[in-house]
Amino acid sequence: MSETHAYDAIVIGGGHNGLTNAAYLAQAGQRVLVLEQRHLVGGAAITEELRPGFSFTTFSYALSLLRPEIIQELDLVRFGFMPLFMRSHFAPMDNGDYFLTGPDAAVNRAEIARHSKADVDGMDRFLHDTARVKQFIRPLFDNIPPNLFSDDPADTERMAWLVKHLGTADKKLLHDTVRLLTGSISDFVDDYLESDIIKATICSAACVGIKLGPMSPGSGINWLYLSMGEHDGFMGEWSFHKGGNGGFTQVLARAATAYGAEIRLDSHVSSLITEGGEVRGVVLDDGTEFRAPVVVSSLDPRRTFLQIADPRELPADLVDTIQRFRFQGVTSKVNFALDGIPYYPALGDRTDQYGGFINVAPSVEYMERAYDAAKYGWYSEHPYIDASIQSFIDPDMAPPGKHVMSCYVMYTPYKLKDSTWDAQAENMADRVQATMQRFFPNFNDLVLQREIVTPETIESKTGLSEGNIYAGEFFPHQMYFFRPAPGYSDYRTPIRGYYQCGSGTHPGGCVIGAPGRFASQQVLADAKR
Amino acid sequence: MLKQTPFHPRLAELSQSQAWGNWAGYLSAMRYDLSTKHEYFGVRNGAGFFDTSPLHKYWIRGRDAEKFLSYAFARDIRTLKPGRAQYTIWCDDSGYVMEDGVIFRYSSDEFLLTAAEPNLGYLRQLARPFDVEVVDCSEDYASLALQGPRSRVILEALTPDISELRYFGFAETKIADTPVTVSRTGFSGDLGYELLIPASDALRVFDAIMDAGRPHGLRPYGDEALGMTRIEAGLPLIGVEFSSSRYAFTADERFTPDELGLGWLLKGIDDPTRPFIGRDAIIRERMEGTSRWRTVGITVSWQDYYNLFTSHGLLAEPDEIPVAWDTMIYNDKDKRIGYATSFMYSPVLQRHVGIARLKPKYAEPGTEVFIEQTVNHEYINVRATVTTLPFYNPERKTA
Repeated sequence: MSETHAYDAIVIGGGHNGLTNAAYLAQAGQRVLVLEQRHLVGGAAITEELRPGFSFTTFSYALSLLRPEIIQELDLVRFGFMPLFMRSHFAPMDNGDYFLTGPDAAVNRAEIARHSKADVDGMDRFLHDTARVKQFIRPLFDNIPPNLFSDDPADTERMAWLVKHLGTADKKLLHDTVRLLTGSISDFVDDYLESDIIKATICSAACVGIKLGPMSPGSGINWLYLSMGEHDGFMGEWSFHKGGNGGFTQVLARAATAYGAEIRLDSHVSSLITEGGEVRGVVLDDGTEFRAPVVVSSLDPRRTFLQIADPRELPADLVDTIQRFRFQGVTSKVNFALDGIPYYPALGDRTDQYGGFINVAPSVEYMERAYDAAKYGWYSEHPYIDASIQSFIDPDMAPPGKHVMSCYVMYTPYKLKDSTWDAQAENMADRVQATMQRFFPNFNDLVLQREIVTPETIESKTGLSEGNIYAGEFFPHQMYFFRPAPGYSDYRTPIRGYYQCGSGTHPGGCVIGAPGRFASQQVLADAKR
Repeated sequence: MLKQTPFHPRLAELSQSQAWGNWAGYLSAMRYDLSTKHEYFGVRNGAGFFDTSPLHKYWIRGRDAEKFLSYAFARDIRTLKPGRAQYTIWCDDSGYVMEDGVIFRYSSDEFLLTAAEPNLGYLRQLARPFDVEVVDCSEDYASLALQGPRSRVILEALTPDISELRYFGFAETKIADTPVTVSRTGFSGDLGYELLIPASDALRVFDAIMDAGRPHGLRPYGDEALGMTRIEAGLPLIGVEFSSSRYAFTADERFTPDELGLGWLLKGIDDPTRPFIGRDAIIRERMEGTSRWRTVGITVSWQDYYNLFTSHGLLAEPDEIPVAWDTMIYNDKDKRIGYATSFMYSPVLQRHVGIARLKPKYAEPGTEVFIEQTVNHEYINVRATVTTLPFYNPERKTA
């Protein structure tokens, strides 16, 4: 069976970067086909009604780093874009106390003072110093990195800009930046703060998605990366999208379609069609062929270069680097349908603590010990859980009075020592539930249903290799102009017409859209040549 | 001492911020939460309630009530059927807008007016030649606006009578065994209702609404969130977009309906059978084309706003709380062409928006204008685009 269509570009994968890329290309007038392997678009950003009236954000659960340029340039508001404000951040403590911050700086200061008076201005200094680092890093984050090994005039220009930009930093800023890019978050935070729960709250944001603990060098870059969210113009702010992240990818799909892109579901691409080093199209599992002079892969680097493309057509150094590219997913999700709202004894009947993330990470050591297990191929006895009751923020996600709770679980390594996730998933979820029960005494009674998502589930459902949510670890040597490989960071590939737009390219993972946007810029620039 | 509305004992308990303002001599919440944006999303993505009790309320009754109101008000009251309400304005003889309000028609000869400013003396004086009585019932009733996509399902649980209410329709019904009037009206530009409740039973009804609303995340909102929603809805606010012409000292303080973007209320102005105050002047204004202003929307692109601050080494952190003063607007030659009366960052629109008064030749949608901002202790103009109003108008508002 074979059918032939003519398109200007084919995008492999209908995740948020694939859709973003397709929307930009279509907006520029290209005839675009998106091929999505599953029955729905969204990739790892989907919302599923697993129980009538209960919407689960199966995988990713927050609108984290979405670039504001994309909202504007694709006019996403017109297609239903609606980020919801996260009002609070709640961290329960082992002794029954808590650290609860919200939208009022003065009230937050009083809450900090309850734990440490010295940390009041310590936090202010920490926030200011890191805001300067974020401000300094942002132009690197939001521009295509120079390809160090290219003689393209555009890359020469980018390199000159980079050198000039680095020269604008004063001593402290440059030093803070390098400390965060290379060091551990707990080491950095120790310079400012003394309260363990406050330090833990900051450090926890460095422990999402990477196989490192808060005390490991390298955790700083993850903290910095995840702080590049810019909801409503506020650096470091995240939000929830209406209807969960699936609600967001539906907005992107509507935008892409409105601009003229075609989305074909249940279409798993098995390989590229190439001719003389140039791409000609793709073949699906069932043998259906689609032809186009441009193919953009939103898949991770392993699948982009080693599975969809034929490695024999690629330079050996690229194949070698991609083979050594670290994925090693360590994250799971346990999503709950709840019969009511969890009860936290120290807060009595209050519920406003659930307006954002609920951070079960009562100390820096707690997280570091949770990480220890992963080093030796096992999952944490006491997991670090980043939870959120999304129905509290978006009432449409559960029936009145009921709730959905997303629990993001660290650390659960992809490869277990002497066991499998099939054998361990329930036990891992039991530990998560027991942890929640420990802090919220009515939790077990509220559970109506739970959905368990292990690194294996992430890999099998979304295609993310080893279940790494970022499509590749955030190690300094896998970032910026090294992402995914030195010399191949410009969204192009050695196969002419074949591009990459997934989170395995700069800047990286999270619901961010930047890889999809940058790749579209390269495709369109090349089309003009 | 500021007075307390009938709901105050409950509202004070609900307020985390205790940030009270003064509305018509009553304690009125600026916000209840610590975050205005949080309250705003109650309205845009759930349900929120706002205490409108300080509004002035007048019964207008009598054989000549319709005749009187069709003379006093600029919008044709004769088109208003019993069980319906309408937004209206009243003008002076020169065709300038005095004030605005919402009028409810209970029967052929019985109306209720709600207005932000006191008008009892004015209306009584005007009513002398007519067989009509104007009664101030402001303190007899508490009033509550229940707004947002979840407002219908909350109210339906209390009184199924409201299910079929159309936009600007109202029903006399009972909540918690108390007779109330529920109208499908509001100031948020969203699906919403307003309740008129006997003051003596206000807390009983309030508690029933809270109980019904709790599973839906119902929460209170104050003046700041109200301002955000009404700007997105493109609704003018007396005291902000305009003030009463009767208290103006200069022509710059007076505006005609057309200048305020309220010309649509004057449907049927050519009908000679309905003389109303200001009619002749407005007809003259239209014939001679003497309107000085047009009221429009303006939007600032996110990128332009962002660059304005980052180019000065600052973070661009937009403020969603409406600016409480006029902001000047210029053309590309740096000549003043008008001013924004309201300006804010809109979270649902993801950009700054404003309601502006511009000289007519700059009022075409798509026109590029420049709005003055203070950045790094300097006045700097940022590009803005003229748009139509409203900015936000979900189908559910009228569906």
